[in-house]
Amino acid sequence: MTVRHHVSDELLLAYAAGTLEEGWRLAVATHLALCPDCRKRLSLMEDAGGQLLEEIAPEPALATSFERLRQRVLHEGAAARPSPAGTRSAAPARAASPVLPEPLRSYVGGDVETLKWKSLGRGAYHIPIKTDDGTTMVRLLRIPAGKPVPEHGHGGRELTLVLSGSFHDGEELFARGDLEEADANVQHQPVATPGEDCICLAVTDAPLKFRSWLVRLVQPVLGI
Amino acid sequence: MVIRHTVAAVTTCMTIAVPIPAPACPDIPIPKPRRDCAAGLRVNMKRARMSETARELTKDEARALLEAVGRDRDMAAFEALFRHYGPRIKAYMARLARDGSIAEELMQETMIAVWNKAAQFEPGRGNVSTWIFTIARNLRIDAYRKTRRPDFDPNDPAFVPDDTPPADAVVEERQEAERLRSAMAVLPQEQLELLRLSFFNDCSHSSIAETLNLPLGTVKSRIRLAFAKLRAALEDGQ
Repeated sequence: MTVRHHVSDELLLAYAAGTLEEGWRLAVATHLALCPDCRKRLSLMEDAGGQLLEEIAPEPALATSFERLRQRVLHEGAAARPSPAGTRSAAPARAASPVLPEPLRSYVGGDVETLKWKSLGRGAYHIPIKTDDGTTMVRLLRIPAGKPVPEHGHGGRELTLVLSGSFHDGEELFARGDLEEADANVQHQPVATPGEDCICLAVTDAPLKFRSWLVRLVQPVLGI
Repeated sequence: MVIRHTVAAVTTCMTIAVPIPAPACPDIPIPKPRRDCAAGLRVNMKRARMSETARELTKDEARALLEAVGRDRDMAAFEALFRHYGPRIKAYMARLARDGSIAEELMQETMIAVWNKAAQFEPGRGNVSTWIFTIARNLRIDAYRKTRRPDFDPNDPAFVPDDTPPADAVVEERQEAERLRSAMAVLPQEQLELLRLSFFNDCSHSSIAETLNLPLGTVKSRIRLAFAKLRAALEDGQ
């Protein structure tokens, strides 16, 4: 599997800098789990962040700072605070590779076969995913095979990460791991590829002021 | 000069309306962060005056010190790391903290994490400044945002591993770090400035664009140009 549609520099930089809000971050992190190339680009950016840290104008620590630090690591440091790395996976180990990578799988509480899809009508399903940033709308979407979506514009940024199946948008094919990044200027006409439903993670700006193709798809149902 | 001009233009520095996050570290009272997109410009001018300051720690020295902390719990090595990185981490934290004592506290937390995780540092997988930067950054995110911080997990069975394992590592890493440093030293000021604002000030690119009175497209294209140059510099060396 080779990912062909990658996260943009500006979005990846926001991830590297830690400024990306949770909903966008979930999509980028899940793309990174599937895309070694973008992880390499992320490393470069983090190296740049480290280099900038070397060059920042230092802010003197308090005179007592190191002594306090020394006391703290001696008394609380040794045993405390084990690294949380690798302790979060939501699925038990098993032979088949999950369709949903971390961190997404933990957000939805399991892999695809355990999901409780909610019908949107017209053969489409979704699962809203809760985030706390208050500025994004995140959902897992299942688009029926071969189903076209009407052409339209956007009201804001939209990220679509394909997890299984694929869709075409014009000439471009988006398959597992591919990330489509669209903004208000983009007109597009995605069509799920025949033969298999397309499951994707969709992140948009918070709703109401906004009409993405995903929202358009659910508008008749949700009445927004 | 570009910097002076932009500083003059910056009058509308934004406080972005975000919900005030509850502190992630319960022992640190953290007020609403300062999102001052122009702060970097001012501090950068200060930095320009200090640019002749000698580097206090080479990357090799930093690596040796961190390994000594991880392997031997070497307090003298830890102190040397602290003398170099503590004030830098504090400056990084101070970009969001109005109150110096919060920056000091977050710096202490970062250094404690450095002590606790030192044994996990893999010299071939990154240099010390990167490693410390990511620890500080994650602590800063957790302190200022009440949201989760989703990240990929290399131990996840669905994780797609790197195609090629890193070649030998420490030497490679050292050369890359040096090439990156050189490439950053010759980046156009306007591009470097954008990187600083992005990394340090917790401003979105659209608020940076507004602050600098630039079209968002210009901000994005400068970011792309900057990283295209840095990537090219690393590829040239291979």
